[in-house]
Amino acid sequence: MMLLIGSIVCILGSLFLFLGAMGVLRMPDVYNRMQAGTKATTLGSMLTLLGIGLAINEWLPKLILLVLFILFTNPISSHALARAAHFAGIKLTDKSLRDNLAEDESKEKSNA
Amino acid sequence: MRSVKAFIISYLILILLWVVLTGWRGDELIVGSIAAVIISLVFAPSLSILADLKLTPLAIMHLALYLLVFCIELFKSAIDVARRVLSPSLPINPGIVKVRTKLKSKLGRIVLTNSITLTPGTMTVEAKGEYLYIHWIDIKSDDIETATNTIVSTFERHLEVIFG
Repeated sequence: MMLLIGSIVCILGSLFLFLGAMGVLRMPDVYNRMQAGTKATTLGSMLTLLGIGLAINEWLPKLILLVLFILFTNPISSHALARAAHFAGIKLTDKSLRDNLAEDESKEKSNA
Repeated sequence: MRSVKAFIISYLILILLWVVLTGWRGDELIVGSIAAVIISLVFAPSLSILADLKLTPLAIMHLALYLLVFCIELFKSAIDVARRVLSPSLPINPGIVKVRTKLKSKLGRIVLTNSITLTPGTMTVEAKGEYLYIHWIDIKSDDIETATNTIVSTFERHLEVIFG
């Protein structure tokens, strides 16, 4: 029974991972790709690990530790990538409505 | 005082990690607790950021509530992104908006920015003082106040009590 539940959770997780990969393919620019690549894959890997933990109960505590590490490190790495991309001057897609960060930076430059 | 509190918190985290990894056995527990004391003593001065965590009952209750809210938001965000990816017209209005946070403590701001990155359609690009620059996949409002209310306030309510 637990094996069945674990397998279902695992499949859900891999579905989210698949959707995340599709998002990386379909989105128009770096920042939107990062969005798809962060959210769907965080939940996907969490569900996959928890599914394994539900199927094999003695691994569960260690897998919960792994889930916590993913939860703490995944947003930090994606934030660092997005910040680096913005400072390297990569443009937002043409569909974008506004960019307050670039506006503020050009203001600071003209003041200095 | 701050580094004593940081020492206690880091010791508790380390001993919890040790128990999860090795199990509850007498002799291993002694080794683990000695190692945890040494590591916490060495690193307590540079971990003083941990002392922002309050340990009152109210703060702990809000911590539990916050974890619940966070898990729900995480699920919503993954489903939201999946919906946008799957729909053929790709419904996005992206852009970078500026919001203001009321949180004072550094640890509180770190937790807030990480939570924003993991919630529906928002990702923190840059943090300058009390202003956060957020990449929003579907912009709904133009000014700082409305954007702040939509993105930040769900978490800020709980984090204010936990970190101050």
